[in-house]
Amino acid sequence: MNTTEERLSQNRASLGKEFWLKTFSFLSPLFLLFLWEALAALKLVDVRLFSSPSRIFKTLIPLVLSGELIYHTLISTMRIALGFLAGAIPGVALGLSMGLFPSVRALLMPLVAVTFPIPKLAIMPLILIVFGLGESSKIFTIAIGVFYLVLINTMAGVLNIDPIYIDVAKSFKASRIQFYTTVAFPGALPMIFAGLKLGMGTALLLIVAAELSAAKAGVGWMIWRAYDMFDIERMFCSLIVLAFLGFVFSYLLDFLEKIVIPWKKR
Amino acid sequence: MNGAEKIRVENLTKFFINGKTAVSALENVNLTVNDGEFLCVVGPSGCGKTTMLRILAGLEKPTSGRVHINAKAAGVPSTAVVFQGDSIFPWMRVVENVEYGLKLRGVPLKERRAVAMEHLKKMGLERFAYLYPYQLSGGMKQRVNVARAFACDPEILLMDEPFGALDEQNRLLLQQELLRIWEENCKTTVFITHSIDEALLLGDKILVMTAQPGKVKALLDVKIPRPRDIILIKSSPVFIELYKEIWDLLKEEVLKARNIK
Repeated sequence: MNTTEERLSQNRASLGKEFWLKTFSFLSPLFLLFLWEALAALKLVDVRLFSSPSRIFKTLIPLVLSGELIYHTLISTMRIALGFLAGAIPGVALGLSMGLFPSVRALLMPLVAVTFPIPKLAIMPLILIVFGLGESSKIFTIAIGVFYLVLINTMAGVLNIDPIYIDVAKSFKASRIQFYTTVAFPGALPMIFAGLKLGMGTALLLIVAAELSAAKAGVGWMIWRAYDMFDIERMFCSLIVLAFLGFVFSYLLDFLEKIVIPWKKR
Repeated sequence: MNGAEKIRVENLTKFFINGKTAVSALENVNLTVNDGEFLCVVGPSGCGKTTMLRILAGLEKPTSGRVHINAKAAGVPSTAVVFQGDSIFPWMRVVENVEYGLKLRGVPLKERRAVAMEHLKKMGLERFAYLYPYQLSGGMKQRVNVARAFACDPEILLMDEPFGALDEQNRLLLQQELLRIWEENCKTTVFITHSIDEALLLGDKILVMTAQPGKVKALLDVKIPRPRDIILIKSSPVFIELYKEIWDLLKEEVLKARNIK
């Protein structure tokens, strides 16, 4: 027999379990930092190569306070944001038209299929020659990486709409425009967002590479500069910023997705 | 029932080309449905029932023969379809789904919302009007599906096994609700089902189709008076007699269909 008392105590037990799991998740990174610090203090890891949490923290504070880190973060954020938009907007537009019109798909699919596998880093020298050393080359590098992922996902989103929804629209005599706005676009939105999220990951990857060459600021530049100066602490500070940027951007996209796709079961 | 001809199907034949072979789905189907009549179509699975409905809805073209729909009023759609399975748009709220047909026709928001709410009320769904489909149960989704077809006030309702995927209790409830709503205005309806029970409960006439390729095997009158009560009908002698008659017709075809495969 399960009395109310027993059930309540079971409930308490499972709540207690949840509490411990959350505590573990919180403690595990702290424990790693502690381990790292301890190994550095005991000289079991070489602090010239791997530094230590306290050293990194000591470098981080003045970097933040002087505004230097924030300056570089803002520059990189600007490039990522512009590149992301410059890639995502045409990616969605072209992906939708390729999904909707077989003629556009027939025309462009071979081009996309042939150029998509080229590593974006491999065309950076070409981009530098064409766009010069200014901002546009970095923005374009990011844009092209984002563009393909968004394009391919958007097109797949349109093509994979359940045929029954197309039948419903047809049976209600929807015009072409009505079909695009009430079925094709909303139906493709979940895949479009999947593309945007993948694109964001690629944008973070490309910003570091893009700032390697011919940049005078940015988080990626900081990393390469720290490499030249053999300044391991600065390098780690920049990595912390990149992790932070990735977290913020994916949080923003999740937030936007919740607003744009309230109908998705989560 | 005024008996004027509403749908006339003449020598309807449909082939599907599958690689090098042509699969015959319908062969020489002749049929008339009168205004205000509820026609149920039963037949073994794969006999082309759905294909016939899709042709009536204008979603497929016949290979030969023709379908004539005698539409009177301008500005009212001639047909609306209740599809089999989950066909309400997940990205629209319940009420937006119901008013979809009206929206496409350019009915202003306030007006179409009022009509949609009225139909939701009939289905007992007005509390759920602003929810998204993922928040509904299967039975509720199917009610929305039915309400969507009724709300656009078509001349002919086409239903393709709308309650096929529901559990027994929900199916009974929905059949009862459909009867109640339908008996209010007796819209010409073609209703596809594989359940003899359902066909007898709802229909004025029952069309029995042969195994593939689908042909008309028999057309029976269901002389059960309206308004009907689902529970009482099931024990009436007419029901039992017709049930046996239809099953005898169908049994032959089902066995034939099994031998083909």
